[in-house]
Amino acid sequence: MPSGSIVTGDAPLLRYVLERADDALVLGHRLSEWCGHGPMMEEDMALSNMGLDLLGQARALYTYGAAVEGAGRTEDDYAYLRDERAYGNLLLVEQPNGDFAVTMVRQFLYAAFMTPYWQAMTSSTDATLAAIAAKAQKESAYHVRHAGEWVMRLGDGTDESRARAQQALDALWPFTGECFMPSTAEQALVASGAVIDPAMLAAAWRETVARVVADATLTLPADTWMQRGGREGRHGEHLGHLLAELQHLQRSHPGATW
Amino acid sequence: MTTPTTPLWEVFIRSRNGLAHKHVGSLHAADATLALQAARDLYTRRGEGTSIWVVPSQAITASDPDDKGMLFEPAESKVYRHPTFYDVPDDVGHM
Repeated sequence: MPSGSIVTGDAPLLRYVLERADDALVLGHRLSEWCGHGPMMEEDMALSNMGLDLLGQARALYTYGAAVEGAGRTEDDYAYLRDERAYGNLLLVEQPNGDFAVTMVRQFLYAAFMTPYWQAMTSSTDATLAAIAAKAQKESAYHVRHAGEWVMRLGDGTDESRARAQQALDALWPFTGECFMPSTAEQALVASGAVIDPAMLAAAWRETVARVVADATLTLPADTWMQRGGREGRHGEHLGHLLAELQHLQRSHPGATW
Repeated sequence: MTTPTTPLWEVFIRSRNGLAHKHVGSLHAADATLALQAARDLYTRRGEGTSIWVVPSQAITASDPDDKGMLFEPAESKVYRHPTFYDVPDDVGHM
């Protein structure tokens, strides 16, 4: 395995698969950062479980990407040998863990979008994507439930937990709009029926979020300027640090295996 | 980490349809909903279950270990209560 960065092809299907895989890998890595640091052993396991669900989704997508590209690459090449600017993940998933409220609100906002997304993708004309969606949909449904229950309890909890939950919601809100902006690759694929336009899920997402936020006695943030750029490789200051940790071993010891 | 806000719960898992729920362990959780989720995350990671019960540990009334002579030893001498004295027809299967 070469230690230098790879440059992937620009076919829309490959680019799209990598974007969704990057979402899952980056958020899964964020959750893995909690391993051994959870507020209680039970929640430590729950966070790791969700992280492993996401890692599994990323692996399936990267593996499919390798088949689509047909350049003899493996899932590892995409994860370990692409630079920050080649990553196409949403800005939402790269946001730092912060406190427990930030992690749970981030998880909830993302899963509330991905659950109807994967559900819709089970009807994809691309058989592999439909199969990945069928598996991911069930995992994501549990993430919404678990994170949603925590958002309710943090919001409707003590003054401290409530303040932190509201702060997390307000801070993450500007990163939610990007979920519903189709990437260039998606726009090229929608007509074929291989992917859906994520914009059509905005209403369903808002309904789920509004219901949980109301149950949590929190305040839904006002509409505001929405950040974007993740899909085009324009990331915040945090992704580089995350990738440095994720890729360090393979970059320093190319081809190292367990 | 037992705190007043995270009491102890006992977890019971049914591994297959037709079998009884079996005690597998305990956990701490703030309420029944979170206890059920924690049970799922802690005790069904390797495909162990098809159904979960969680019960507040304090709802369980347990026998006193000091009573074990009175409660259990009298049964030890009554081997005739074991079904090994009877021939169970093969067709009966698992009893």
